[in-house]
Amino acid sequence: MAETSRLGEGVRAYWLIAGMWIRSAMTYRTSFVVTMCGNLLMTGLDFVGILLMFSQVDSLGGWGLPEIAFLYGLSVTAFGIADLVLGSMDVLGSRIRDGSFDILLVRPAPVLAQIGADRFAVRRLGRITQGTAVLVWALASVEVDWSAAKVLLVPLMVVSGAAIFCAVFVAGAAFQIFAQDASEVQNAFTYGGTTLLQYPPTVFGKDFVRGVTFVLPLAFVNWVPASYVLGRPYPLDLPGWAAFTPPLVAVACAALAGLAWRAGLGSYRSTGS
Amino acid sequence: MGSWRLYAAVAAGGFRRYATYRAATFAGVFTNTVFGVILVYTYLALWDEKPHLGGYDQAQAVTYVWLGQCLYSTLAIQGGGAEKDVIERIRTGEIAVDLYRPADLQLWWLASDLGRSLFQLIGRGVIPFVFGALFFPMALPTDVMSWAALFVALLLAMVVSFGIRYLAALSVFWLMDGMGIMQGVMITGVFCSGIVFPLNAFPGALGDIVRALPWAAQLQMPADVLMGETDPLGAYAFQATWAVVLLGAGRLLQSAATRRVVVQGG
Repeated sequence: MAETSRLGEGVRAYWLIAGMWIRSAMTYRTSFVVTMCGNLLMTGLDFVGILLMFSQVDSLGGWGLPEIAFLYGLSVTAFGIADLVLGSMDVLGSRIRDGSFDILLVRPAPVLAQIGADRFAVRRLGRITQGTAVLVWALASVEVDWSAAKVLLVPLMVVSGAAIFCAVFVAGAAFQIFAQDASEVQNAFTYGGTTLLQYPPTVFGKDFVRGVTFVLPLAFVNWVPASYVLGRPYPLDLPGWAAFTPPLVAVACAALAGLAWRAGLGSYRSTGS
Repeated sequence: MGSWRLYAAVAAGGFRRYATYRAATFAGVFTNTVFGVILVYTYLALWDEKPHLGGYDQAQAVTYVWLGQCLYSTLAIQGGGAEKDVIERIRTGEIAVDLYRPADLQLWWLASDLGRSLFQLIGRGVIPFVFGALFFPMALPTDVMSWAALFVALLLAMVVSFGIRYLAALSVFWLMDGMGIMQGVMITGVFCSGIVFPLNAFPGALGDIVRALPWAAQLQMPADVLMGETDPLGAYAFQATWAVVLLGAGRLLQSAATRRVVVQGG
């Protein structure tokens, strides 16, 4: 009971802070529209890069353009949601450095909610919009023998994928408490992760695929379930039911990230000057 | 003679400023290495599918990837060098202090940015490149001349990169807010420099256009010089032409800005 009310409190605090940032962004409406378009364009360039590759070849690692667009749409949409919800986490390092993190600790609201909603940026809808557009195009153009399970798996992948990326953001934030200046390491796993998942697993070395399946389970964002939907062999010959495990993987990741966050918060020492 | 000492000191300051943050540098090295690994795998698949794409063989494509990661922060390809400081100083009005200094504004920031570039090259660029050379087959020349030729191309690339970003920064004298222009620097830098996809492999007319733009002087030219794919003198001429054009334009814009624009905050 105490846990649920704490969760409710966190969500409420999150919305209050996020709402404040939304109102502040809406004050400069033109600037908002311009940065939103910029965001759309910037994240869209990733896909232009893939289109450029496909202007020269017909398949990459044995996967055609619609199939890679499917992977891309799933990866970018899931990452975009996590980025919208918790993407400001990377300012944590600078907040610790300048001492303003202490202010968050004394406020009567969960720190994770406060830091998650810090500088909430609506312009990040740009990435989600772009990812969804590619996903819709991919769904319309892939040749799939749709079944109820496959149809259901698509929204499930997006939600679980977003949760897995959220866990990566939270774990990264916990890491920043120790690392401070080294906050860029987090980018390797967040931005690096979403870039990686835009390409088929057949492209990468076997040890590399093992790493992103069993150590940092990004493969469950799209590689494994998308292989099921597209009727392709699973990476690493995983068993058939693995395609339906992303929600479980997401829950496990969230639990581990939560533990890491608590450990990080517990060991926090202020800047001291 | 005395003014050269001044700019050398500014450059050394720029170098030391970035050298201070060791953990951040290490983090950057790690991130560039991870991205390099991801890109290398996709390029290997691509060149498997179409050997000799853009005139490169597989080893050359791998070399291109790692040189790109090496130069990513060195040339501030997605921004984040001196132009960030200039924009902030124009926005706050502190640029007035810079204008009072008995030094040239453009040369001052050029020196500072070159210092930063040199540190990023040594501190952030070399390790991912060496990592790449150790774990993936690369096409590296064995003679000293090719490496010396690369270094000259890199120096010119640094100047061209500064020239582009300085122009962008000066526009803030009129725009007042640098948010949009920094996004512009990022988008054009990432796309036109060839960090996503080698400019040599761009299709048709689009390829002809991007290869003529100043961003081509940043990664494509040094890569081709290193791997002996182009005549170094021709590459230098291309880079130097753009450097002169961009710095000249920066000079014109700078004098227009300092004559006509009221500094903020006063």
